[in-house]
Amino acid sequence: MSVNYDKSGRVIFTRQMKKTYKLLIPNMLPIHFELIKNILQQRGYNCDLLQSSNENIVKMGLQNVHNDTCYPCLLVVGQFIDALKSGKYDPNKTALFITQTGGGCRASNYIHLLRKALKKAGYPHVPVVSVNLAGLEKNPGFKMSLSLIKKFISALIYGDILMLLENQTKPYEITKGTAEKTTNQWVKKLSYQYKNSNSFGKRIMTQNFKNIVDDYAKIQINKTPKIKVGIVGEIYVKYSPLANNNLSAFLQSENAEVFIPGIMDFIIFKVDNRIVDIDIYGGSKIKRLICCKFKQYLESIQNIFIDAIKKSNKFSPPKPFETIKKNVKPYIGYGAKMGEGWLLTAEMIELINDGVENIVCTQPFGCLPNHIVGKGMIRQITNKNPMANIVCVDYDPGATKVNQENRIKLMLATAKERLDKNNNIH
Amino acid sequence: MLKDTNFKIGLDVGSTTIKCVVFKEQNIIFKSYERHKAMIKEKAIELLSYINKNILKNAPAYISVTGSSGLGLSQDANIKFVQEVYATKIAARKYYPNVDVIIELGGEDAKILFLSGAPEVRMNGSCAGGTGAFIDQMAVLLGIGLEEFDELSLNYDKLYTIASRCGVFAKSDIQPLINQCARKNDLTASIFQAVVNQTISGLAQGREIKGRVMFLGGPLTFFKGLRERFMASLKLSEKDAIFPENSQYFVALGAAEYAFETEIPTSLSSIIKSLKTQKKSDGKLTLPPLFNSESEYEEFLSRQNKIIVNFADISDYSGNAYLGIDAGSTTIKIVLISEKNEILYSKYLSNGGEVLNIVIESLKEIYEKISSNGNKIKIAGSAVTGYGEDLIKSAFSLDYGIVETVAHFTSARYFLPNVDFIIDIGGQDIKCFKLKMGAIDSIMLNEACSSGCGSFLETFATALGYTAPEFAKKGLFAKSPVDLGSRCTVFMNSSVKQAQKEGATIEDISAGLSISIVKNAIYKVIRAQSPDDLGTNVVVQGGTFLNDAVLRAFEREIGVNVIRTPISGLMGAYGCALYAKDNISKPSSTITSEVLEQFSHSVKSTTCKNCPNNCRLTINNFGNKNIFISGNKCNKYNNVSNSIKYNMIEYTYNKLVNLPSNKGSRGKIGIPMVLNMFENLPFWVAFFESLNFEVVISPRSSRKLYINGQHTIPSDTVCYPAKLVHGHINALMNKNVDLIFYPCMTYNFDEHFGDNNYNCPVVAYYPEIIKSNMTFNKNQTFIMDYIGIDKPKYFEKFAFKIFSKYFDVEKKEIKFATNKAYSAYKKYKQDLKNYTSEAINYANQNNKQIIVLACRPYHIDPEINHGIDRLLSSYDTVVLTSDAISYQANYKVKTNVLNQWTYHARLYIAAKEITKHKNMNLIQLVSFGCGVDAITTDEVRDILEQNNKLYTQIKIDEINNLGATKIRIRSLLAAIEERNNY
Repeated sequence: MSVNYDKSGRVIFTRQMKKTYKLLIPNMLPIHFELIKNILQQRGYNCDLLQSSNENIVKMGLQNVHNDTCYPCLLVVGQFIDALKSGKYDPNKTALFITQTGGGCRASNYIHLLRKALKKAGYPHVPVVSVNLAGLEKNPGFKMSLSLIKKFISALIYGDILMLLENQTKPYEITKGTAEKTTNQWVKKLSYQYKNSNSFGKRIMTQNFKNIVDDYAKIQINKTPKIKVGIVGEIYVKYSPLANNNLSAFLQSENAEVFIPGIMDFIIFKVDNRIVDIDIYGGSKIKRLICCKFKQYLESIQNIFIDAIKKSNKFSPPKPFETIKKNVKPYIGYGAKMGEGWLLTAEMIELINDGVENIVCTQPFGCLPNHIVGKGMIRQITNKNPMANIVCVDYDPGATKVNQENRIKLMLATAKERLDKNNNIH
Repeated sequence: MLKDTNFKIGLDVGSTTIKCVVFKEQNIIFKSYERHKAMIKEKAIELLSYINKNILKNAPAYISVTGSSGLGLSQDANIKFVQEVYATKIAARKYYPNVDVIIELGGEDAKILFLSGAPEVRMNGSCAGGTGAFIDQMAVLLGIGLEEFDELSLNYDKLYTIASRCGVFAKSDIQPLINQCARKNDLTASIFQAVVNQTISGLAQGREIKGRVMFLGGPLTFFKGLRERFMASLKLSEKDAIFPENSQYFVALGAAEYAFETEIPTSLSSIIKSLKTQKKSDGKLTLPPLFNSESEYEEFLSRQNKIIVNFADISDYSGNAYLGIDAGSTTIKIVLISEKNEILYSKYLSNGGEVLNIVIESLKEIYEKISSNGNKIKIAGSAVTGYGEDLIKSAFSLDYGIVETVAHFTSARYFLPNVDFIIDIGGQDIKCFKLKMGAIDSIMLNEACSSGCGSFLETFATALGYTAPEFAKKGLFAKSPVDLGSRCTVFMNSSVKQAQKEGATIEDISAGLSISIVKNAIYKVIRAQSPDDLGTNVVVQGGTFLNDAVLRAFEREIGVNVIRTPISGLMGAYGCALYAKDNISKPSSTITSEVLEQFSHSVKSTTCKNCPNNCRLTINNFGNKNIFISGNKCNKYNNVSNSIKYNMIEYTYNKLVNLPSNKGSRGKIGIPMVLNMFENLPFWVAFFESLNFEVVISPRSSRKLYINGQHTIPSDTVCYPAKLVHGHINALMNKNVDLIFYPCMTYNFDEHFGDNNYNCPVVAYYPEIIKSNMTFNKNQTFIMDYIGIDKPKYFEKFAFKIFSKYFDVEKKEIKFATNKAYSAYKKYKQDLKNYTSEAINYANQNNKQIIVLACRPYHIDPEINHGIDRLLSSYDTVVLTSDAISYQANYKVKTNVLNQWTYHARLYIAAKEITKHKNMNLIQLVSFGCGVDAITTDEVRDILEQNNKLYTQIKIDEINNLGATKIRIRSLLAAIEERNNY
């Protein structure tokens, strides 16, 4: 098939390609992205969620992007190129999906670095499809309709609730594997619901949330005291097991209950940034109004989610976005928006407020925003919250698991000591 | 369940040693401290068997294991593992309950524990600078034993600045000092000081070390000098510095205590049994062997032996001879050749920190040989290259000093006239260059990182008890080499640790290291995609390639058979000799045997007072007439005239620091001269002066200023320009100012060169770091509000909102100040534009080269650029900046990447502009840790190379030495010259 280019020389993903091409999606959040994949499949895209986690990914990354580029970029690019070279896919019939956020962090360059790398590796003809809400880079074969956007958002929020409930149940379940099974069942069930294309309406969401919570609540558990550990950080390293060496599984194997703040706050945060930008630097009032409306919509579904969990009394619900935002105010300005911005600091504070004082703050080695909003805030956080027990872990191709786990174990040792002390008192 | 016992055992397995204590009730009845040479399991079995038999007599004991390499052992033996810092804490709580802070330095680990206040632990993560292994390495470098090292350090005169961030950087600071014959007393003390600085900045990261401090670990137990540096730097009194008994066993004590508190007793025989039966885990990654059979190796050797170098007997030869010396970082190579290029004499020696003596001895040997054969040989020309070039050239009056790249090119071309790629792996550098049209086309040097080099292999070999060649040889027939990746030594150390844990053999590790050296060279330094990138006629040189394992790994990795000459290690020296032979046109000035007999040499150090750089000078005096001064950043003492007057960096800097002048009725406002505040200074000065403030800017950056703020830096991997902010704010706090103004700025001016006008995240939000990590005086207000300067209309509106919070001000005053600010900024830019045009005209008329430093506005700070501009001026070039060049342009450059940062967009413009001028070239300055430049460098290179221009990149950090920079600049200038002659 001939390749079409746009004016800037970008390979276009055509309508025809939609029918014949395989679309590859990188896997950042296993549950969320599985739902997204299923949504796309129902829309007629033939897609695969990349599950690979071999050494060749890092190698391909190192060979094809500048070695000082951040680790997530290296992995995403490496994973794509590894897939193209694996023989599993026909490079002449494969396209790549990547999200694009924009913003002053170098992460907004991933898509460009991916294209550069594809050229270097001999795949200049492979189309890269940008998934974004800002209307960047249009492709006739892939259009972000309002209903698709809504579906994606619902997939993210379903992902959040399933991840949260699984994490809160798994460490205590009596029959190992029940929580995971429940999650898988719900992923299937929700994907099936998407076919009827209205499972993202508020009414259905309310019902689904209730059923989901009920299902997890049914799982038999034995609530022994466990160390509670929160994971925050640069978004890809925080969520992706490939990037963080299965951090969440490691913590669970060390007998900890893991708290991972969901992705919904990040989405609202990105919308909120646009409003804040106008508030502190000036700009269009209409644009501000649209953003406010969109933010309200997102917050309203977040609230349904929070209410569903509150009602059960069995699980600890996340806090609404506005609460998180309010609580971070003494620490950092709302103008700090690049990367995870003030939200990263806010998540640490929220975890501490919820009694999760042990935190792993993950970041790619040399992550620019994290110098500020992660490592840079820890002094202040521990000053104001003396019980905070935070360890910063850097991830990059050279960092070894031993070194990372050693540091995490140190944090766990302190946590364990405190847990034992508390139990003796009670 | 076993019956109760009185015995408790703590086992501490570190990176290099295994320590053990056995308690009977409260008394230590046995302790041992041994190097395990990577045979952890074997050593543990031996040790535990001994204890079980002779001490416990088969009684059960409480036991736990700790230490950085203890985790694997604990899994294999099924013993409880306790994290080592936690173990230390347990021991401290039991034996020294009043301690506030513990500092522990180990073989490769460094830790700080804050016990009082909010308890906290810090350990070195990805950086192992400032540890015992680092000191060991430095002692090897200086060629002295550890005891002597310590003694020397107690008797120092002055401290040199040695980068404290990473051992590798420190090494590249020390190496030139050694080559310049700096006193060992001063060097050793400075190395200890670097360790101290590393601990304070790298580990404490913003938290002050005060109260009673306990020091632990081998280095702090053994080195008096190191203790002294710590106590002086932390201002500790004798009574507040605690050096406990059994310091080296302290962690083991904690492990024993931990076992007692939490475990149940076990029998050692069952532990020993499970250790013995434990098989290797198969989780480790392995690579195919280097050679599958002896015959494959034979074939490889016979191929390599095809290149022939001619030798001639010095006693048979008569006629002119040419001397070449390559004074490398760790070795010295000397070659004497005949008119027919035959080698008459050669030497390859480790310099052991005694550069001059080694050359003297060799020269004496040469002259003896000449005279014993009736003086039939005349040294008709000589040249020297390498780190020691300047020193040796002036000490022995050699004819030429040439840059390494030229030396290597000259010899490679001799053996392979159509050579198109040369890679040299030396002691601590990798140099590669591509050749195009008979000239050096692009040069790649390892940036401040020596992990892929010979000394790296040597350090590992020594640590494991082998010589480097012995060690490398072991890997030739390794069955399954370990995959260690391609990264910094520090990471490599822990990779090796992991491999050892997984039971890899010495052979597999050796082969793995050879492969990783090569990978590092190819993927980190050259960043090659495929063999085609390297060319088809590749010559390898440098001592490291004498190891067949390394060479084989290299061929394997690039998939091309390469040429190694039998004198691979001597190529630089041979190139020098050839160069001297080809270029000499007058009688040689080389030192004669008579003068050599009376050669004397003394060294002293002093501080130069001629300019604000205040360089530390090392003065070498060679008896009769020659004096060699080093350490200066300028070329003042190197007989070069400073005739060029156009230096944009100097001009801009001076212009900025001289801006503020008014006395103001509203009070004093302090502005730090950092990051985004440099270029925007004219804007802010005009703004505040219009509001009747006296503007006070922070003083000139210096090492001292940096150190004063160092303890408040929270992230040790952020760039140096950002780290300096702490020092500037600290300086302003000590000035009598009412307000300190340092705003957060997501956006900068929009110059329409790119798709957006962001600042990088660090520049944009660094004031948040300051607010979070520094404490201000009560009478000083820190203004760090978010502000945009891009659109005057909004600026005026928000400026009123912001500043009226801090002082009484009227809207119309802000309006007036706003107008002044924008016009001052415009005027400033216009002035730099004019200067640029003048400079270009001057260069064109006088036939001078122009070098554009592609950098950020804050790189004009002399403490950040380390005087590169002056160095360039001294090579007779006009120096401009990418910023000033871009002011003249009004178009966009199409890039393959997102072009969204105001400052970075200018780099592309500058690159494009340069291609329009024949006498213009570009050097990109990159601050270590700059994530954005990981994106820009490749783009700038692309723009230049598409237009047939050379690309040169210089990475800068705290490192003060311009050694590597000089190589680049000289190579660039040599390449420009060759191109012009072509």
